[in-house]
Order: sequence, then structure tokens, then C-alpha cells
Amino acid sequence: MATLKLHDLRKSFGPVAVLHGIDLALASGEMLVIVGASGCGKSTLLRLVAGLEDPTAGAIELDGKDVARLDPAERDIAMVFQNYALYPHMSVFDNMAYALKIRGLTKADIAARVQEAADMLGLAPLLARKPRQLSGGQRQRVAMGRAIVRNPKLFLFDEPLSNLDATLRVTMRAEIKRLQRRMGVTSLYVTHDQVEAMTLGDRLLVLHQGRAVQLATPMEVFERPANVYVAGFIGAPAMNFLPATLSHGGTAASLALGPVIPFADGRRAGADGMALTIGIRPEHVVADAAGEELQVDLLEPLGSETVVIGRLANGEMLSVKLPKAEAPTDRMSVGFPAAALHVFDAATGLRLDPG
Amino acid sequence: MERRTIFGGWALPAAFVLPQLLLTVFFFLWPAGEAIYGSLTRQDAFGLKTQFIGFENFVDLFEDPLYVESLWRTVYFCAAVSLLSMSVALLLAVFADREIAGRGFYRTMLIWPYAIAPAVAAVLWILLLHPQIGMVAHGLKAIGVVWDYKINGGQAMLVVILASAWKQVSYNFIFFLAGLQSIPRSVIEAARMDGARGWRRFRTIIFPLLAPTTFFLLVVNLVYSAFDTFGTIQALTQGGPGKSTETLVVKVYRDGVVNLDLGGSSAQSVVLMVGIVVLTVVQFRFLGKRDKT
Repeated sequence: MATLKLHDLRKSFGPVAVLHGIDLALASGEMLVIVGASGCGKSTLLRLVAGLEDPTAGAIELDGKDVARLDPAERDIAMVFQNYALYPHMSVFDNMAYALKIRGLTKADIAARVQEAADMLGLAPLLARKPRQLSGGQRQRVAMGRAIVRNPKLFLFDEPLSNLDATLRVTMRAEIKRLQRRMGVTSLYVTHDQVEAMTLGDRLLVLHQGRAVQLATPMEVFERPANVYVAGFIGAPAMNFLPATLSHGGTAASLALGPVIPFADGRRAGADGMALTIGIRPEHVVADAAGEELQVDLLEPLGSETVVIGRLANGEMLSVKLPKAEAPTDRMSVGFPAAALHVFDAATGLRLDPG
Repeated sequence: MERRTIFGGWALPAAFVLPQLLLTVFFFLWPAGEAIYGSLTRQDAFGLKTQFIGFENFVDLFEDPLYVESLWRTVYFCAAVSLLSMSVALLLAVFADREIAGRGFYRTMLIWPYAIAPAVAAVLWILLLHPQIGMVAHGLKAIGVVWDYKINGGQAMLVVILASAWKQVSYNFIFFLAGLQSIPRSVIEAARMDGARGWRRFRTIIFPLLAPTTFFLLVVNLVYSAFDTFGTIQALTQGGPGKSTETLVVKVYRDGVVNLDLGGSSAQSVVLMVGIVVLTVVQFRFLGKRDKT
């Protein structure tokens, strides 16, 4: 158990800056999920913490001690790799025992710790096997086991579930969460999968083009996205965005489409006529006979619900998530409940809150 | 994916195979047959009469202390050449595997010796090591080493080992480099995270993962040093001084071509042939096993 602090952590590869100064503090035992599209710098951030890359500038404090210039061997951090990275020539037992042997533990100690981890992960019957004789899920467990036996200060997960099939991914996701809670080890978890991000993290760090865009609990990120990028990235199907302007002395948004919607939560600062982007999640759009007309393009039945993708009168795309029974065939009228709106400054993309 | 071409008749495929078959017949089967036949006969001194004598040549061979001596000398030579060329190649490959400036140039340079003809390579080593005109020899003399491989058998052996190993380093280097590059980066990184550094990481992770490559190269190097070094040795020392660099292939040449004991020489070639066959079978077995896993 340890705390982790990043101070203005930067990384450039030659002239290309990949991370533009990341600040972050993890409480002991916290699980923080770093999420972002590919190329946002999330894996680089993880590799910097691991010590596999050298930072261009900044500090990495583990338990109050700067480890940014230390070799990975001196950091006491364990990492689970995307492709598991098991040692192919060693048995499951030896894979898990390797780090302990290097630390010079006695044979009896090593056997006891490996056995304990193997029992925890259901690997006990597989200890004598080689990695190539294991299924994907089992390899994943061995990779976890290799991290667990070391009882490190920090766990790093680099998209550990992305090579598994969908069913296994759900099972392993729950298992990782359970294990992390049980061991109480501070963890950084990198993923591009927003479901993993929402379900696993105590907090989320959304990265975009090498910058931290939002750091908050998953629900807060979902309910109060900091900018248009986060709003569009978290949530499926993605949030709808409609152009609008501020009107009525900052108390309402007048959509380019026509209707004026008064803000449910109060007045926004700014002059009337300022360009806004109004966000509304597909599940918050309602069927409303008195509302706007939507020409249906495509229906995506999801079982209990149906996603309707269509065009509004002025040609803007809109997706709507409806209970199955309410699914239309070719056209419908939709309303935008004022309480469900997210208001963003169109120029900066930042969220505008009342006040 | 299986790629198989179906031919209509037998004439076209036969024409494709024919050149290879002809080469095999003329350069392997025919001479090998001659050698086997020759090993069972004895010729008189003037080449007028040939007498069938069964396995007598072989019995003579293994009772001849000079032959047994040459056999052990060959074993020593092969072990030294293989060990030296493989370890140097592995060292160079480990360096070339890193991100270093001028890596492409370095790699290309390392491959050149392999393309040099044995006799040319030998001349190069003579220019370096010749007791009278060699540069290195001058240097050795300057620091007080009595250097004359034309008189000193131990030094002669050292020279042929160096020259033979040097020529094989390139080949080994290419395979070791390919082997190193096929080790997944993340496995090395996992070892780094587990706290393994430098020599320990090499010994417990990298070297074991190179084992298939190492084994393959060991067989190739043994075959090379036992059979392919004739040109190098002949050009450097002709097996001398005395018999101090006379390996089995050199002895075949000396006994057969120089001393005209055709029967005995043929028997020696047959023994060498059996050696090659055994090594090749070992290698095929191994490669077959490797494909399955």
C-alpha cells in the first residue's frame, strides 16, 4: 500500500510531445483508471510510472519518495501487460516465483506465497504447466498472479483485458475489481474501454492528446463531463451535440433548430448570442408529440431498448435510446427535457455551469 | 496455409527436378559411391592392380594412432571454433540488438566476412600473423612474445581456430540477432519489472529463449568446423607444422592426394560422411520437433 503522486510529468519522443504535464495524486489503496482514445498518451504515462520509459521532466513520488530516475527493479511496482508477457520457457510456478527468487526469498517462503496466490486465482492445478498450454483467461490469471505474489507498492494494468473474448472480459473485470479491493493495493489501470473505466475505477482520469481533461469519480464524469470531448467519449451511444446560442439574459439556450429551452438549474454567465453546444444523452431524449420532428434513418435494437438514429428538421443527426415498445418506424417527435441538458461553450468546448 | 501446385503430367515436374537430381548424382552420389567402393579396396603402389579387402582399411584406420590423434585434434578444433565463433557472435548480436547509432552500418559490416572465400580469408590472416611480415606478429614480438606459427604447433592451431571462427561469426551473428529480435519486448519488460537486471536477465530469460537458435547454430558450427574448414587450414598451414593442425578433412587430402593411399583415404571419407549424416539427422529431428510446437 502506498500513495502515488505525479508532478508535472512530461514526455517527448524527439520533437513530439506525448504528455504535456500530468499532475495526479492517488490515495493509498485507490484504483484509478486512465482512459482515452488510442494515442492519447495513456500507455506512455503508465510506462513512465513503471520505469520502462524515462520522463522528459517531472517527478513520480511513490510513498513520498521520488522514483522518476530509478530503475524499474528499484521501484517495487508490478505490472500486468496487455499480451500477458509470461516467460514462455518457465512453468506457471516459476513465472510467479521469478521475482521472489530475485529478491532472495527462501524456497519455503516462495512456495508458500506462490501457493497462496495460486489458490486465490484458482491456478493451483496448473502450476506445473507452461504458458503455451494455458487458455487466454488462464494466462491472464497467471499474469495477475505474478503481480500479486510480489505484494508490491503499486499495481499497473496495461489494458489487461483487451485480448480476451467478450464473456471472459466481463468475468475477469469483476475478478480484478474483487482482487484489488481484497489486496488493497494502490492501482493504475489503463484502458480505452469506457465500460471497464466506469466499472473498475474509484476515480477516472480522462486523457486527451497528452493532457488530463478530467479527473473525477466515474459517475461525476458521466453526469458532469468537463468538456465536449469527455461528454462524447464516455457513454454509449455517444452524447448528441446541438448548436445553440445563449438567450433570455443567460437563462435559456436557443437551439439552431428553433426551440428555446430554459435552463433548469440556473443562469449561465455570458452575453446573449454567445455560441453554445448543447449536449443531451440519447437515453434522455424523450418521445414528445409536441416536440421536434425526427426522420428515422436507422434502428438498432438492443433487446430491451432500441437506438433510433435519425435527422432533425435542419438536417442534424440525433440518436435516441427508447424502450423497445416506443420504437417508431419512420418518423417520431422528440423532446429535450431541460434537466438533462449539458451546456458547453462552443468556442472552448468547456462545460458552463450556472453562476 | 498449404501451397501445392497440381501438374497435369509428369514431364514438366520431372524437368524441374532434373537439374537438382543431376547435381546430386554427379557431385554427391557418384563420388560417395566411389569412396565407399574405394574404402573396401587396396591398390598397389603403381595403380595397376586393385584388390577387394573388405573392412580391412577401417580396421587399419582405427588401429592407427595417428588417425585417432587426428580425430581428437578435430574434436578439440571443432569445439574451440564453435565456442569462439558462437560466443563472439552472441556478444555482437546483443550489442546490435540495442538502439545504437550507425546500427545498419555495423550490421552490414558484420556480415561481410561470410562472403569472403576461404583462401582470401587465409591470406588476410597471413598478412596479419606471418612471423616475418605480419603486423600483429610484429606487435607480439615487440612485447616479447616468441611468435612463429610455422614452427610452433600450438600457435598454428590458434591461428587456424581464429581464422575459421572469424569466418563463421557473421553467420552466427545473423541468426542470433534474428533470435534476439523475435523475443517479445514485453517479456523483457516484464523481467525488468520483476527486478531482473543485466547478466541475470540475460541468463534466466534471454538465453533460454535463444536455446532453439543456439542448438541449431551449434550443429551448423560443428559441421562447418569439421568439414568446411579445409580451405582455410590448407591455405594457412597445410596441416602443419608436423601434424599439429591436421584435422580429419586435411588428413583425407594428405593421405589420398599427397600420399596416394586411396583405399585408406576413402575409408576416412566414409567415416566423415557417416559423421555428417548423424549430425544432419540430429538437426532434422530437432527442427521437425520445433515445427510441431
